[in-house]
Amino acid sequence: MKDFRKIALFVLLVGAVPFFTESGVVLNFVMTALYACLLSQAWNVLGGFGGQFSFGHALFFGTGAYVQAIAQMQWGLNPWLALPVSVAFAAGVGAFVGAASFRYGLKGSYFALVTLAFAEVFRIVATSVPFTGAGVGLMLPLKESVANMQFASRAGFIWLMLGLVTLALGVTAWLRHSRFGAYLQAVRDNEDAARAIGVNPFSVKLIATILSGGLMGAGGAFYVQVFQYIDPGIAFGSHTSVEALVGAIVGGLGTLWGPLLGAISLHILADLTRNLFGQLPGINMVIYGAVLILIVMFLPRGIAGLGAITPQQWLRGHKTDGDKS
Amino acid sequence: MLDLNILFPSLLNGITTGAVYALIALGLTLIYGVLHIINFAHGAALMVALYGVYLLKEKLGVDPYLALPIMVPAMFVLGYALQRGVINRASHGKDENILLVTLGVSIVLENLALLFFKSDTRTIDTAYTLATVEIGPAFIALPKLVAFGGALVVSAVLLLIVQKTDLGRAIRAVSKEKQGARLMGIDVDHVYAMCFGLGMASLGAAACFLMPAYYVNPQVGNGFVLVAFTIVVLGGMGSFAGALLGGLLIGVVESLGGLLLGESLGQVGIFVIFIAVLMLRPQGFFGAKA
Amino acid sequence: MSTLLQIDGVGKSFGGLKAVQNVSLSVTEGRLSALIGPNGAGKTTLFALMSGFLKPDTGRVAFAGQDITGQPPHLNARMGLTRTFQIVQPFAAQTVRENIAVGAHLHLPGRAPALDFAELVARQVGLASQLDKLASDLTVAGRKRLELARALATRPRLLLLDEVLAGLNPQEIAEMIPVVQGIAQGGVTVLMIEHVMQAVMSLAQEVWVLAQGQLIAHGTPAEVTNNQAVVEAYLGHGTAERLQKSAARQKEVQA
Repeated sequence: MKDFRKIALFVLLVGAVPFFTESGVVLNFVMTALYACLLSQAWNVLGGFGGQFSFGHALFFGTGAYVQAIAQMQWGLNPWLALPVSVAFAAGVGAFVGAASFRYGLKGSYFALVTLAFAEVFRIVATSVPFTGAGVGLMLPLKESVANMQFASRAGFIWLMLGLVTLALGVTAWLRHSRFGAYLQAVRDNEDAARAIGVNPFSVKLIATILSGGLMGAGGAFYVQVFQYIDPGIAFGSHTSVEALVGAIVGGLGTLWGPLLGAISLHILADLTRNLFGQLPGINMVIYGAVLILIVMFLPRGIAGLGAITPQQWLRGHKTDGDKS
Repeated sequence: MLDLNILFPSLLNGITTGAVYALIALGLTLIYGVLHIINFAHGAALMVALYGVYLLKEKLGVDPYLALPIMVPAMFVLGYALQRGVINRASHGKDENILLVTLGVSIVLENLALLFFKSDTRTIDTAYTLATVEIGPAFIALPKLVAFGGALVVSAVLLLIVQKTDLGRAIRAVSKEKQGARLMGIDVDHVYAMCFGLGMASLGAAACFLMPAYYVNPQVGNGFVLVAFTIVVLGGMGSFAGALLGGLLIGVVESLGGLLLGESLGQVGIFVIFIAVLMLRPQGFFGAKA
Repeated sequence: MSTLLQIDGVGKSFGGLKAVQNVSLSVTEGRLSALIGPNGAGKTTLFALMSGFLKPDTGRVAFAGQDITGQPPHLNARMGLTRTFQIVQPFAAQTVRENIAVGAHLHLPGRAPALDFAELVARQVGLASQLDKLASDLTVAGRKRLELARALATRPRLLLLDEVLAGLNPQEIAEMIPVVQGIAQGGVTVLMIEHVMQAVMSLAQEVWVLAQGQLIAHGTPAEVTNNQAVVEAYLGHGTAERLQKSAARQKEVQA
């Protein structure tokens, strides 16, 4: 199928990069760009395909990050084992938040608010509780080795993240060609119509939240492995939530490559800005915010354009003007 | 531990803080009630207003209370321009996009502040910053008492505007039936912008009352935004009475919660209430179902 | 012939408004029945109660002998009871084929088979030439057919059609009637809410009349249209008598 061939090509091209250059700058760029891709892809599963806007996706990111650190430092797990555990925990949080939200019929702005609230709650709790290191955070001890998921060169991290991005691409491709994906998009586009033809909106949205949360959690776990440090602000703060959602929207919601296009574009923009203006605090986010406004103003379907849905459509409670007359 | 000497000040503290919360929530509920949009930029706008008051004091020596006639109109104009120039344009006139656009605005504002002011927390020094007033067993900071009074006055003014003036009538018409109002010759875009301006203006007032007793940093908006939302949802979207009562309630909950659980976990109490209300009774206690 | 859908004493109020009061009716399998009545009679509310979008305050709903009162719509769809909407609800961002496939997936888990079946169903309702068009690009008539096709793809035993002809011009109505007829002839039991009398007369074998939330008449189309209470419900109190008097006078004049 076309999708899988393109994905395979993508994997080959990107995976080959470390063989063609040893430039730290390039390798670092590829790694951080891939990382941004994963975050937006994760958001896209629930936001783009499911039509449920989460403004607090950092909730899942932070869960994954903390579990990855805690599993190694307090439970003595090998990081490769800790990774699926982190993903499972993040997915579990997704299940909890999803079940509670959808059980009570929260949609649109209300769902966005609730996810924001949950992220804040987790952030405050993480600041107060000892096993997360409270406000100080957790620092992963340095011990470079492949077995310890701490690679000497960026190449190792690139391949690891490439694996995760490929997993996300696979999940997204599956959403485009499966019954579940068809049901999810039906619920996004018109929940009542979907119900009338046999779709259970609650279970469909719940599963999407679990998938989205799990992928986001993987991103968090990766972050901890690369930077060896996590604290409540990084884990549950709005920066990560915003990065994930703006990348997905800019790139094109509900598409396969949209999140990657968006994440990479923003990443390039951020890098350019840093080169031009230096390391100014907050400048990245100003750009993300401005781009978000501009995209919504002028290019609501995002870069990927065709086939992507416009933010209007699912925010309107998924109903559209039935009669043109 | 829970004797009156400790409870009473905490309660009083909560009520005075709650009044200011209510003032912040009033703007939000007005905007929601009329424009039917959840203004994610509300917290950031408050932060901008607080910096405004701060700068007026530090650079021009203007006392925060005397800054009222400057801040209120300035914020009004900012709000009007924001709605008419950015939000309305970006949403293409449709209610739905606004979620993303207001989020974008809040991100831009917050991080511009970070850029210009760094993340330091700033306060201002006035003659009365440390003055207290004795009420029973409690010592209440004078600025907080003034804030309480000021919040009530501003709320009353807002209510008067909405109930007694022509603008208010137009606002009520538009919020009930946009198309009908348009057919009657009301400039809906203008009314929307006026309403948004009023919401922002009330933030300008709130900032003047808050600054002497509080502080400002780029993130301060975030804390206020969620508290304001909690109040608005609790009191009911679009209900003034709900925002006022909700504000007082939340102020008290936060104060008592802080007393019992420590400050940071006390805040968690608010969010837990927020989540619970969203799930169990999203129309709040006075509002119409959103 | 057996009863496929049976509702007994069903009622629903909204605040003080009694939208549906003590309605009992049965839909016979294999028949094409119609539910008519003046605007605001409660017909769509009744559909919502039958299909699970609303829970009745009183009474019960049984489908193929099983009690489905208050059962959510997606479970009803799985049992073979599906509805369309008065104001069409397409999946606007998806193509005609994808829209119908969602319905097809009820019985076909695989993507390719569902898409294939969608094509078949599209042919049946006359949308074969527009399979790859976006639903939002269809005309009103096209969207009505899409709504029909999507419901049909779930292979329903009972199809509740809510004003499938509303908003269509006479030409489009004339083209749609045989489509509905074809569906019924294919073995699907149909209950349709309809205002277009020509369609009711030519299609329905049995008619139920709802006015102000209550059933006021039941019978064949001919019986029902001659029913005094029905005429009055549509045209106002005393109209039936006036019509009869004027008809009698005309006969006198002619004699």
